[in-house]
Amino acid sequence: MVITLSAVFTNLIPFVISRAIDQIKNNTGDFSLLNYALLTVGFALISGIFLYLTRQMIIVVSREIENDIRNDFLEHILVQDQQYFHFHPTGDIMALATNDISAVRNFLGPGIMYTAETLINFTMAISLMLSFNAELTLIAVVPIPLISYVVYRIGKSINYKFELVQEEFSALTTKAQENLSGIKVVKAYVRENSETESFRKISESYKKKNLELAKVQSFSYPIMFLLTGFSVIIVLYAGGNKIISNELTIGQLTAFIIYLGLLTWPIISLGWIINLTQRAEASMKRLCEVFDSKPSIGDPEACRKNPCECIDKKISGNIEFRNVNFRYLNNYPYVLRNINLKINAGETIGIIGHTGSGKTTLVNLISRLFDIKEGVLLIDDIPVKQYLLDDLRSSIGYVPQETFLFSDTIENNIAYSEKNFDKDKVIYAAKISQIYKDVDSFPKRFDTILGERGINLSGGQKQRTSIARAVTADPEILILDDAFSAVDTYTEEEILKGLKEVLKGRTTILISHRISTLKNSDRIIVLKEGSIAEEGTHDDLILKNGIYADIYLKQLLEDELKEID
Amino acid sequence: MAEDPDIITADPDENEQEEVLGKAYDARLMKRLIKYLRPYFKWVIIAIVLTVGVAMMSTIRPYLTKIAIDDYIVNKDSAGLNKIILILLSTLILQGLLQYTMTYLTQWIGQKTIFDLRMELFAHIQKLSMRFFDRNPVGRLVTRLTNDIEVLNEMFSSGIVMVFADIFIIGGILFFMFSLSWQLTLIALSVVIPLIYATVIFRRKVRSAFRDVRFYLAKMNSFLQEHISGILVVKIFSKEKRTLEEFKKINYDHTKANKRSVLYYSVFFPVVELIGAVSGALIIWYGGGEVVQGVLTIGILISFIQYSEMFFRPIRDLSEKYNIMQTAMASSERIFRLLDRKAAINDPEKPLNPGSLDGVIEFKNVWFAYIKQDYVLKDISFKINKGEKIAFVGATGAGKSSIMNLLCRFYDAQKGEITVDGINIKDLKQSELRKNIGLVVQDIFLFSDSIANNISLNNNEIDESKIIDAAKAIGINSFISRLPLGYGQNVKERGVTLSQGERQLITFARALAYDPKILILDEATSSVDTHSEILIQNAIDRLMEGRTSIIIAHRLSTIQKCDKIIVMHKGEIRESGTHQELLEIGGIYSKLYQLQYKDSLTA
Ligand SMILES: Nc1ncnc2c1ncn2[C@@H]1O[C@H](COP(=O)(O)OP(=O)(O)OP(=O)(O)O)[C@@H](O)[C@H]1O
Ligand SMILES: Nc1ncnc2c1ncn2[C@@H]1O[C@H](COP(=O)(O)OP(=O)(O)OP(=O)(O)O)[C@@H](O)[C@H]1O
Ligand SMILES: [Mg+2]
Ligand SMILES: [Mg+2]
Repeated sequence: MVITLSAVFTNLIPFVISRAIDQIKNNTGDFSLLNYALLTVGFALISGIFLYLTRQMIIVVSREIENDIRNDFLEHILVQDQQYFHFHPTGDIMALATNDISAVRNFLGPGIMYTAETLINFTMAISLMLSFNAELTLIAVVPIPLISYVVYRIGKSINYKFELVQEEFSALTTKAQENLSGIKVVKAYVRENSETESFRKISESYKKKNLELAKVQSFSYPIMFLLTGFSVIIVLYAGGNKIISNELTIGQLTAFIIYLGLLTWPIISLGWIINLTQRAEASMKRLCEVFDSKPSIGDPEACRKNPCECIDKKISGNIEFRNVNFRYLNNYPYVLRNINLKINAGETIGIIGHTGSGKTTLVNLISRLFDIKEGVLLIDDIPVKQYLLDDLRSSIGYVPQETFLFSDTIENNIAYSEKNFDKDKVIYAAKISQIYKDVDSFPKRFDTILGERGINLSGGQKQRTSIARAVTADPEILILDDAFSAVDTYTEEEILKGLKEVLKGRTTILISHRISTLKNSDRIIVLKEGSIAEEGTHDDLILKNGIYADIYLKQLLEDELKEID
Repeated sequence: MAEDPDIITADPDENEQEEVLGKAYDARLMKRLIKYLRPYFKWVIIAIVLTVGVAMMSTIRPYLTKIAIDDYIVNKDSAGLNKIILILLSTLILQGLLQYTMTYLTQWIGQKTIFDLRMELFAHIQKLSMRFFDRNPVGRLVTRLTNDIEVLNEMFSSGIVMVFADIFIIGGILFFMFSLSWQLTLIALSVVIPLIYATVIFRRKVRSAFRDVRFYLAKMNSFLQEHISGILVVKIFSKEKRTLEEFKKINYDHTKANKRSVLYYSVFFPVVELIGAVSGALIIWYGGGEVVQGVLTIGILISFIQYSEMFFRPIRDLSEKYNIMQTAMASSERIFRLLDRKAAINDPEKPLNPGSLDGVIEFKNVWFAYIKQDYVLKDISFKINKGEKIAFVGATGAGKSSIMNLLCRFYDAQKGEITVDGINIKDLKQSELRKNIGLVVQDIFLFSDSIANNISLNNNEIDESKIIDAAKAIGINSFISRLPLGYGQNVKERGVTLSQGERQLITFARALAYDPKILILDEATSSVDTHSEILIQNAIDRLMEGRTSIIIAHRLSTIQKCDKIIVMHKGEIRESGTHQELLEIGGIYSKLYQLQYKDSLTA
């Protein structure tokens, strides 16, 4: 609406001017000339105010929409299954969140604004021209259908080429991001040059894709002014002939050509709009793939439909696997086979097994990072899929095998799981996990800001921070996946002592390669190639003389072996 | 700006904020940017010539039109009209061709230049030291390499040449106007002064808004990058909502900065339009009067109105270009700042070239701190002879990994000297030093590439048989062969599709495949099972025969056979000697030992 008004007033200005010229021709006095001049300025002022309002509304709204799309985008990304991230590199996701959303925004803001402006200007100009001389107008618009077709073809081509460019941009982002994350390895193995080389290849290909796009895109501007140029020439030719045959006066032709000038800008900006639109369309397609991808792991269907159906029971920590088989993808081998395991609330279970035997996979199933397709997993005798995801996960404290910390203060990292921040609790957890002394020796203590992934901590400090984070969660079920691998034996012992207090009454799953970590567990499970091979207490298993006993012997120090002999 | 090795601001935002408030030196930046055009100087000139052609073609047509009307139509010369129409048509088509060539050429120049710049930046970042990476999040650096450079593309491709085009057009118009009537020209152009004034204000305001936009964009990228790569933690603690809330804040800051720049634009454009209209009004009022008095002809008046319209169009365009320039300036400032960062660790000017190293390592009174005076290594001295197997033990955070960081020259020590084969490592090229060292770092990192490439790191010297040998030596060949694509299997980002132990084994195979003179294992078997560990021990014994190896481990069983064990405590070396010697001393080591020993006995 505002655009219309702004455009109306803009178009009125030439109208006033042409009236003024008529007046001048008729030799009327200065006084009315001043009027015309004031009228021009007045109209420009009004049009300017409307122009201001238009920009403020449309562009600002488009920024707001961009903001919303980006929020929605992240919201969507965050709920995707863990598996999704195995197939969509971080770099790709980032390119979508920035570049593609910007392309859509460009269309929504400037794109729509100029489209509307163009349409209105176009209609105004055409109707002015029609009222002036219908025949010449029709002649002037003769090239339009032809050009429309060309424009359509160019548009399609731009769309396709732009998609290729965006894909390549993702590849570029991903490469940069990988290289920089692994910079230490790159440096340690003196791979800087080969990395630069492979980055060059991607940049090169990105450049090529861009130039291919440019080849087509460079058409859009010349095409548009060719159109307007043709119109002028046709009108000149036809009008000229009419004048020669006395059907038209020179004055009429001149005025008409001035009006025709009004068409120039709308049509030229049309070329630009086509560009924007095509880009936005290509990006939108990529974004829609994200918006359309529905996570398979989420809250139970029944509960989503009817909140009364939700399970509203505090988890006490009984876990049962019944005939569970699991593989990551359909064409992959089974990672877990026929798992039957019952863990009672409050029990401490140790899990040991070869590298790749499926320990991490097993515990990941409990937090539903992956869903079981064969067999069932029950928590407190209710299938795990019937719990609200949030309830389930917040009753599990998990120290993942690979430590990940945020570039935030140590305090915020430890308190990450806490809803209501409590400094005492943070200190308590830090003490339990034996990180307190280390933190205390840092100049800024708990306010020390960690670098990315905790880069400024030692391996063991990172791991202990991660343990503290799980302890603060105050969970019913605590999972420690090889959580002492980077910690020395002495500190480990101290942590385990401290944890004993914390773990009272909680279900605990300890995964480790070290017998010393596990041996006091209530029960120890030995996994072998995805199946439970042995089960029992430390003493039971030693007596069994199987896999566990073998590991035990291998871990004894030489002297101890002598002593036992 | 040199990287100051003594000051480390852990807060990344502090650095960034400082950048935002930094002074603007347009001319300096511009000069530096133009340098990148130098290799394509010839093409830039051609593009400018084309621009002149386009400008001529477009200004000549109104003139031809005038001839068509005045000379032929008025005289009812049908043949002449046909002729002039043909000329008009051919100038139009010629202009189209020129325009297309020019547009493509400028794009080409833009793409070439930013490609060069991107490669320069990437190669430069590769050279920066670990200290730099400690405090610059990956997301931010990625933003520099992608978004920021992308912005420059727009400037190089449409900005610079188009500015020339606009300037030519303005010049042409002025020429015609003055030759028609200088009085009227001066009156029409009197509005230029307020116009310049408005532009200056606009320029200043919009610049600061754009800086903010870039700042929040980088922040947003860092946030995204961090939370997407840490999605597992977000999920297991069920923090999706909170993450989203935090993101919304940054996102909205970004939006706000953008909206601020919109405000300036939406004021500026109407103002320019208004000024243009005032100029038109002046022409009517003054020029009209002149026409009435017979001083000027009606034709001149009409052409003046058209010219003044033509005049304000490029000015408005120029400020639109200014948008591009503005963003480009903000981005180039960041890019240059990064390019100006000197690496804290440099190769010596005249590096020694000892060829292959023997692997005699010596630390002499080495002191080292990551931050200012907080020494994490204090007066460290030790010597490792060729072919020795040395172990480092000590509580977590004692400084073991830091010693290895120094040995590989990821950081430089503040005091003391580190030598390899008697040569100070600062006298060696970094690549020379590192080529001799096989380092298995504590933080496992795999690239999202095939297993084979993760072992060879795309080094042509490491062929398939070497890769397979290394894998066999540590017993993962059979596992890899069982994967659907074997060694060609892509392990995805950071190796997420493998178990932690498998990932560690692959990084181990990597070190072995490089066949190093010195092997450093920083907790390299912490996540693998006992069986694999024994396999690895045997492999090291076999492959590293006569070579130096350094092992950091918490499991004492891993290290007790070493020639020497160095015990670290809070950044100092407390004890050193063989297993037996250390037990006799009865210090830290023997306590640690008792602990593990007691454990197994009570079992
Ligand atoms: N990049 C860094 N920036 C700042 N401080 C660091 C950095 N890396 C390590 N530190 C600090 O230096 C000290 C020694 O760390 P280092 O990594 O050498 O310990 P470590 O003996 O290897 O321990 P761990 O057994 O836990 O791996 C620690 O207090 C740690 O916080
Ligand atoms: N996302 C995945 N996609 C496909 N295969 C996977 C994926 N994650 C793990 N695997 C495979 O599943 C098997 C079991 O992995 P898991 O991580 O459970 O082992 P683990 O027992 O925890 O081993 P480790 O002791 O090394 O931690 C491994 O062979 C691994 O390669
Ligand atoms: Mg695991
Ligand atoms: Mg370490």
